[in-house]
Amino acid sequence: MTLLENQPAAIPAPREITTKPRVSDQIFRAVVTVGGMSSLIILGLIALFLSLKGINVLRIEQLSFITESKWEVLQDAEGKIAESTFGLAAMLIGTFLSALIAVIVGVPIAVLSALYLTFYARGSAKKLLVSLIDLMAAFPSLLFGFWGFIVLMGSAEYWAKLLNKYLGFIPLFDVPAPIFERSPFIAGLVLAILIIPIVTAISREIFDQTPLDRIQAAYALGASKLSMIRAVVIPYGRGGVVGGAMLGLGRAMGETVAVYTVLNVVYQINWQILFGAGGNVASLILLKFGEAGPQEVDALMAAGLVLFLLTLIVNAISDILINRFGRRGR
Amino acid sequence: MTQTITPKPQTPWAVTIQQRLSTAGLITLGALLAGVAVKTTGLSGKLGFAAAFFFISTLLIFIQQFRLRDLAAAKDSLLSSLASLAIVLTLIPILSIVATVVSKGYKGIHFGMFTNDMTMASVNDPVNAGGLLHALVGTILMVGGALLVSFPIGLLTALYLTEIRGKLARPIKFLVQAMSGVPSIVAGLFILSILVIPVTQELNGLMGSLALSILMIPTIARTAEEMLLLIPNDLREAGVALGATQWRTVSGVVVPAAKSGLVTAVILGVARIIGETAPILLVSGGADALNFNPATGAMGSLPFYIWKAFLTGGTEEAYSRAWGGMLILLILIVVLFGLARYLSGRKVG
Repeated sequence: MTLLENQPAAIPAPREITTKPRVSDQIFRAVVTVGGMSSLIILGLIALFLSLKGINVLRIEQLSFITESKWEVLQDAEGKIAESTFGLAAMLIGTFLSALIAVIVGVPIAVLSALYLTFYARGSAKKLLVSLIDLMAAFPSLLFGFWGFIVLMGSAEYWAKLLNKYLGFIPLFDVPAPIFERSPFIAGLVLAILIIPIVTAISREIFDQTPLDRIQAAYALGASKLSMIRAVVIPYGRGGVVGGAMLGLGRAMGETVAVYTVLNVVYQINWQILFGAGGNVASLILLKFGEAGPQEVDALMAAGLVLFLLTLIVNAISDILINRFGRRGR
Repeated sequence: MTQTITPKPQTPWAVTIQQRLSTAGLITLGALLAGVAVKTTGLSGKLGFAAAFFFISTLLIFIQQFRLRDLAAAKDSLLSSLASLAIVLTLIPILSIVATVVSKGYKGIHFGMFTNDMTMASVNDPVNAGGLLHALVGTILMVGGALLVSFPIGLLTALYLTEIRGKLARPIKFLVQAMSGVPSIVAGLFILSILVIPVTQELNGLMGSLALSILMIPTIARTAEEMLLLIPNDLREAGVALGATQWRTVSGVVVPAAKSGLVTAVILGVARIIGETAPILLVSGGADALNFNPATGAMGSLPFYIWKAFLTGGTEEAYSRAWGGMLILLILIVVLFGLARYLSGRKVG
């Protein structure tokens, strides 16, 4: 005990308790935060640079860039640009038209498929089907385009003729000339096939989140599958499925190659979906880009900006819907 | 002496063999009637048969359910018929696409295609002239370049969302989602507007890589985020409890634990962009000759090879060539996808 008495009582200073991260952590957090901001930066840069390039054309054309439908570059004898008019309306209409056909055809099939996968398929068959559909979502759009052109076109032309024969009195299904090949209808079908796996995957995820206790409660009360789905699954999943459909719409609106290969890209307003002419903004960009002069390139950049903003809005709505309603079931 | 009776479990809801057989019988009957309808009435062709078959079988099953049980059961059978129809309609294009690519593509495959490029052959030459070596090399270089750019950015984004969870996590998640919706052609236009026109004035593989990475980043970020979320929080807490800083915990525990998940993210990202055509057409030039240097000169790629053979050819040989390229592309995608499935199916950690 003498040992202790001889020692002066050295009371260590209390350790400073702090939540301040070490230097290494500060660096780590800074780097990760900057990396995390990259999507913001990239999206901002896309908007900025497309605007910078497109601003000249937008300034000249102003609102008529999206309301007029004339895309012309007239050259004089020396090959200089004498006059140019850029109006995107025809292609905007084409974009909405083909994307809407895709959604109208594709979404019911996708949602019913998702119902099948969630509530009917089971075991290894379910696994196989899910993998197949997920794989299809990874197919490149080039493949859909050429398959649509080579394989689907024949059948789709036949269906278009049927539609025209029996529903031709409706202006939408009328045609000015009997050309059914490469029409917005067929492009819409290809886009529908392209978005089906995407919408199916999202709807399936949302249906999977339906609370199991509610499902079992419905069954316990004697509900059939149909009435269970009507009473439990649809109310829970409605918003999310609409969001998934919007995502499909966005994808269909921005699709380039599949539309370019299938559709006869002609610069005109075409409401008659069975007639073989039309286009969308993305396919116009691809078509015109090859031989575009500097001014037309600027106009195409402006067109790209319009397309970018459109898909951004559609995606934003879809994201809000999926996240607000989709996760409610958990 | 007491006798124990174990009651056999009853499953009155299970579908009996009789029910299965009667449904199968009704469907067969539906097919027969549809055949009769096609023969005798104005309906014709495969489409007429399929439509008649579906309507007649659905109707037969509906009536049977109504007879045996009640209207609710009959309506229920309607939904199951519709759902089955939908899944068949979803599967037909997949199977048709795969069948088309395989049946048309195998003619375009030959061994020389992996050792030759298209400098000495035009797309309309016989199939065994030329090859797609340049396209394979170009695709590998461009996708590799895109991966080098996208993986760090995607991983950092995922780490921000899962490890730091700052105030901006929700908006960032939204932006990543929005970025995955950027049309591929816009990615090409963006690279044109920011780099090609003002700076390099040249179309080359590097530009292709950069355009592709814009499409790849969101895929990698989202998949990596999902994979990092699968890592149990216990591991992070254990790391911190041992006195490790967050940096040491993440680099020493979380990321190694999520290794196979991150590989999955990379593979899915590669599968996403390997067939992208629109940005490649805009910014990478597109060449027929072998080019190992991404920084100078136009570079070929598989999508460009297919595109060119389809659009500029028109002969049987050109189509075979294009479908051959498509088959190679499809095989690459299926292999990548299977690999991702295999890796993500394994236990995490």
